[in-house]
Amino acid sequence: MRYSGFKVITEGLFGNKGWKPAWRDPAPKAEYDAIIIGGGGHGLATAYYLAKNHGLTNIAVLEKGYLGSGNIGRNTTIVRANYILPGNSEFYSHSLKLWETLETDLNYNVMHSQRGLINLFHSDGQRDAFARRGNSMINQGDDAILLDREGVREHLPYLDFEQTRFPIYGGLYHPRGGTARHDAVAWGFARGADRRGVDLIQNCEVTGIDIENGRVVGVQTTRGAIKAKKVGMVVAGRSSQVAAMAGMRLPIESHVLQAFVTEGLKPVIDHVISFGMGHFYISQSDKGGLVFGGDLDFYSSYAARGNLPMVEHVMEAGMTLMPMIGRAKVLRSWGGIMDMSPDGSPIIDKTHIDGLFVDCGWNYGGFKAVPASGLCMAHLMATGESHPVAARFKLNRFATGHLLDEEGTGSQHNLH
Amino acid sequence: MRIAGKGHIDRTKPLRFRFDGVEYTGFQGDTLASALLANGVKLVGRSFKYHRPRGFLTAGSEEPNGMVEVVDGNHHTPNVRATMQELYDGLTARSQNRFPSLKFDVLGVNDLLSPFLSAGFYYKTFTWPRAFWEKLYEPVIRRAAGLGTLVAQHDEAAYEKAFAFCDLLVIGSGPTGLMAALTAARAGADVILAEEDAHPGGRLLSDGGQVGGQAASDWVAGVLAELKALPNVRIMSRTTVTGVYDDGTYSALERVGLHLAPRTDLPRECFWRITAKRAVLAAGALERPVVFPGNDRPGILLASALRAYLNRWGVVPGKRITLIANNDGAREVARQVMAAGVKVAAILDTRENASAVEDCPVYLGARITATKGRLGLHSIEVAHKGGKLTIETDCLAMSGGWNPTVHITCHLNGRPVWRDDIAGFVPAPNAVPGLIPAGACAGDFSTAAALAKGAAAAVDSLAVMGIAATAPDLPSAEDAPYAIEAFWQTPGATGRQWLDFANDVTTKDVALSAQENFRSVEHMKRYTTQGMAPDQGKNSNVAALAVLADVTGRAIPETGTTTFRPPFVPTSIGAMGAGGKAQGFAPQRLLTSDQASRDRGAPMIEAGLWYRPSYFPKPGEKTWQESCNREVRMVRTAVGVADVSTLGKIDIQGKDAARFLDFVYTNTFSTLPVGKVRYGLMLREDGMVLDDGTTARLGEHHYLMTTTTAAAGLVMRHLDFVHQAFCAGWDVRFVSVTESWAQFAIAGPRARALLATMLDRTPDLPFMGVTDVVLGSVKARLFRISFSGEEGYEIAVPTRYGEALFRDLLARAETLGGGPYGMEALNVLRIEKGFITHAEIHGRVTAYDIGMEKMVSAKKDCIGKAAATRPGLIGAERQQLVGLRAQAPITAGAHLFRAGDRVHRETDQGYVTSVCWSDTLNCWLALAFLENGRARHGESIRLVDHLRDIDVICEVADPVFFDKEGAKLRA
Amino acid sequence: MRITCPLCGPRDRREFYYYGTDDYLNRPVADAAPTAWDDYLHNRDNPAGVTRDLWYHDMGCTSWLAVTRNTVTHAILKVEAVAPVTGGAK
Repeated sequence: MRYSGFKVITEGLFGNKGWKPAWRDPAPKAEYDAIIIGGGGHGLATAYYLAKNHGLTNIAVLEKGYLGSGNIGRNTTIVRANYILPGNSEFYSHSLKLWETLETDLNYNVMHSQRGLINLFHSDGQRDAFARRGNSMINQGDDAILLDREGVREHLPYLDFEQTRFPIYGGLYHPRGGTARHDAVAWGFARGADRRGVDLIQNCEVTGIDIENGRVVGVQTTRGAIKAKKVGMVVAGRSSQVAAMAGMRLPIESHVLQAFVTEGLKPVIDHVISFGMGHFYISQSDKGGLVFGGDLDFYSSYAARGNLPMVEHVMEAGMTLMPMIGRAKVLRSWGGIMDMSPDGSPIIDKTHIDGLFVDCGWNYGGFKAVPASGLCMAHLMATGESHPVAARFKLNRFATGHLLDEEGTGSQHNLH
Repeated sequence: MRIAGKGHIDRTKPLRFRFDGVEYTGFQGDTLASALLANGVKLVGRSFKYHRPRGFLTAGSEEPNGMVEVVDGNHHTPNVRATMQELYDGLTARSQNRFPSLKFDVLGVNDLLSPFLSAGFYYKTFTWPRAFWEKLYEPVIRRAAGLGTLVAQHDEAAYEKAFAFCDLLVIGSGPTGLMAALTAARAGADVILAEEDAHPGGRLLSDGGQVGGQAASDWVAGVLAELKALPNVRIMSRTTVTGVYDDGTYSALERVGLHLAPRTDLPRECFWRITAKRAVLAAGALERPVVFPGNDRPGILLASALRAYLNRWGVVPGKRITLIANNDGAREVARQVMAAGVKVAAILDTRENASAVEDCPVYLGARITATKGRLGLHSIEVAHKGGKLTIETDCLAMSGGWNPTVHITCHLNGRPVWRDDIAGFVPAPNAVPGLIPAGACAGDFSTAAALAKGAAAAVDSLAVMGIAATAPDLPSAEDAPYAIEAFWQTPGATGRQWLDFANDVTTKDVALSAQENFRSVEHMKRYTTQGMAPDQGKNSNVAALAVLADVTGRAIPETGTTTFRPPFVPTSIGAMGAGGKAQGFAPQRLLTSDQASRDRGAPMIEAGLWYRPSYFPKPGEKTWQESCNREVRMVRTAVGVADVSTLGKIDIQGKDAARFLDFVYTNTFSTLPVGKVRYGLMLREDGMVLDDGTTARLGEHHYLMTTTTAAAGLVMRHLDFVHQAFCAGWDVRFVSVTESWAQFAIAGPRARALLATMLDRTPDLPFMGVTDVVLGSVKARLFRISFSGEEGYEIAVPTRYGEALFRDLLARAETLGGGPYGMEALNVLRIEKGFITHAEIHGRVTAYDIGMEKMVSAKKDCIGKAAATRPGLIGAERQQLVGLRAQAPITAGAHLFRAGDRVHRETDQGYVTSVCWSDTLNCWLALAFLENGRARHGESIRLVDHLRDIDVICEVADPVFFDKEGAKLRA
Repeated sequence: MRITCPLCGPRDRREFYYYGTDDYLNRPVADAAPTAWDDYLHNRDNPAGVTRDLWYHDMGCTSWLAVTRNTVTHAILKVEAVAPVTGGAK
């Protein structure tokens, strides 16, 4: 069923009785050409691109809960391509290009809104570091504008330019940065994959990975054994547990990142604002809630919830930067489980087991990566070769020292 | 309509207030909601999506409809629940999410378009043409969405935060909470009793019943009097416990000043962090609406709200009341309304087999099939087992049963458990370690049960702490059975039946969601937005879940639940972020020379948490660059003084101190003679440069390490780790003395002359020497080190002498043609000398990259040595530190390319980290990282900064531009 | 979240700095194989359950602590000072 404005009107006239399921609920088959473990954003996108770009449709996505139940449904929805380092730069640039045609491609409105992202800086040294970043973005073919203090004021007049603890020197403006409706991305990819014949199997937890003579041959699940010669682990948030089923120990530590949304308000914040000095970032959703977050709670956790010190730190950062939000009321807070890697960059690679692939380590930047991650993981699973824009996301780069450490904070998982 | 003789309001104290420009009068003790209802105002808001006219549904913090903007001066607070806003004289409020007025709202047209605005419609359209999303569709949607408006100006109001500790935290002060608090208090435990309402008592105040043979409110007063007299009890009213965190940490929001006209001497709110050894949750239960067509009209409210308005505030919001219920509870409400002299048109009981004996008509097996009255209810259509009828009624009270207030027991991921007998969820056992839910929130709804369970919960809680408590004698109280028959929606009816009033989610939306295979409860929630409104589904989640279970043919427990997350009530950012505003966000660290620098007009700039002088302007200087050039010249030709106290200083002592330093530094300190200073390089364990600095050997077993300003704390933590984790048995101890010493750099050819005027003896220190000196009677330390390339000294005195010494040094310097220099000059001086800072050692840089690989001793292990040898961290493809010279302005942050190459990531050769104009060398200088840079000195390289429109050919050079041999340094 | 420091008693989480798992205590010998260093610095069991990790009582006694903890429930099971755990001189 194709969606359109016309369809919405005709269905509305006839009681909305004609809408078909967005995806099927197939029973798992005994064997597939490929299995993707994980029905989150990245897993669904991988399935979609396997089907779309590589014609691989006898595949299944196995999801232990409901589709999109991981971080795709609990992030702060920011989409950007503003990286410094080669390896990251081309990947996120490619992802942003995919975002820009995603809705047409999926026939699904994921509400990708290029409202512009502004990263604030607060010293000459930070200006230089952001200039380096902005130049990297332009060298990559993306967009960046260095704003001075008055330039920031034109965009964000409500910031506290006079009294904030770290005076605003300027900002790096990324006009193509923005947000999208997170759940819709999962649903759009799910529907797109399903329409191309992919079996999306919910409530199906993988309990084992079957390996014979160094080759993967299938998986054990709560809904029975399923055979496949290719298996992709796309389970950020549970990567270490799933990889352990294949006897692997990943360079991943799981951390909790909290986020917050306020009650609905009429439009007041048009941009995505990032205040690095206060570990605070904010945007306003189309529903009117201010969506904002901060840094990790810093201790490893699988609890998907956090504690007060970081909650308060985030609120205090908001109050020093933009005290107008003081009377907005936080409606809900939540936590996501982050796959933190030792250099802050992801992994899309083969493993030492033939036919077993891994896509993990998204730290807290996985949402914007969803299209490119799916595309590159699909490319890798279909061809056995890394996609050129993901060629540096190697599993062994920590051993070899070919690091992608954007923050420069080193091999401590929670510092990225 | 006000009822004579009812309610806990002070009728001798009338209060004037305004709503939407109209002036009304209420009484002390009213809420804005009760006062509006008393004045006959039923229409108070518009719904989120369809802009339906709405009235109050509840009398509490879960109110989904009655949200208003409360005005103070030229500011206002959006989304205030009128049910929680206590009335004060002069209160001004207005409705929100309507244009131009509450009665006539243009976007009310959405209601007519509702067939096209079904659940998730926006995912299916607005994608063409692509550019229209940001330009047209989204702005329209955004303007239509949202509730209140946030004023785009700073919130200058005051907020506070506080900590509290107790043995037992009792959450809620209804019969359960009061009894728990009383039990614990009498046993001598430290008790905090937190109550959301302004007046403790919970439903004992609003139900109008009897306890222990007296009016419930009198019994409450008695218990409170006893509690207040006890020193170990703290009663926190107007305080909502908002969240549960780990290890007995609770967050709570106290409304400190919101019930009064805005005052400058009171914070609006206080955000509490309460640490409790144990807690009793006595949060009660929330009544559910009944789901039928048109159940959202103004004039339709919960039966418990009607009862509360009657008993607390003496208000009945109608002249002809009808009740609909699926349980016995509504009967008592009807009796109380009739006793107050108000007509009850009918009781509609959805049950077939309930009693029909009341002093008003009772219809069994009843259904409401339609309601009428756009801006206020005036009639309902009813079908019952005896037939159909129309009832003229202006107020309809609903009781769909009760939901135990389990919310905060879910904050640690506990999943509530379904109980068929009460058609509701109760907390999972031990959902929150140390917290016992008791009374209605645990599914025990009668007052008698609540009293008994509250006492028992306190006894059990205290027993764990080793405090013996005994339950007080329990007073007699209401002990009626609940007698509920689940009724989740009205079958066979046409018309929209609302579940989530605030977000306009109807039973059709839930059905559509299931039809499109959004069958998981989380999918349904996210697709329909059910439960995502300001009440977070408190009024609707359970019914929505039941409807979903029904349409998907599953049982409720099998369907599952969504998760309640903190905060329990929406909590202002101002309160949770109290203290963060303006300069409060982070500490400010000031140098002892701070005032002296400001006295000289120096702009102070942030360096981490410190403030340091940027430059010291002289009369006639128009730009910072002029001042900077002069200061550099001054240091190069005479003498300059700079405060360098921000550098980290760590005093290290012990027989194994030398050995320890050899382990944390790449180079060797055990061979450093006493009285000498050495530059040291420190790596992280991953092989990257952590920090650099000088360390002096003050004695055989005594060193003084300096760190960079930025890494002072990091290095201290690192040393503690290395010591405690790897060599705890070594005889070495260290402590940060950064704040104990004020330290000043004295640099330039006349530095020695300056020192000679003030020291007890002429310093005869070799380069990299250290010695004790006496300044007057003050013991000081003198180092001969330089970050400028000139003959340089640093003199350190105890911090209390810092300002005096700084002023003295400046005076002496000025007689020698010198003076103070700031960060700008300091930066130029160090770039000319190729000295690195954290601009260069930014965390991705190895000793090899900065040309210091020879400083990594081959003779010993050190932190980071092994990891630095990884293949990716050595080799010609690494970008290495170089200098750049240019004749035109250049910028840090620019990238480097071979002349002739296309400018692109793939041809990127490196980047610039630090830049200055060098008046000394009459050109622009930079430090940069360039691929295989050390082999390329003398090459031309193209520097491109797109952002600042700079494209300049530079010469690659050795990073030490000035006095490479160090002749001046060692003079 | 509260941690009972063996020296200072129960303290709020905000007094502590978190490093990572106690793998960091098992520093390989200088000439260990690269894989040993890779495991030491990067690879982790990362259990969803009981783990032991390292915390620094930054705002207190500056002890490094080994905390046995459940990463799913956040329950803290044991707190020890690192120095006695790692023993004396090496």
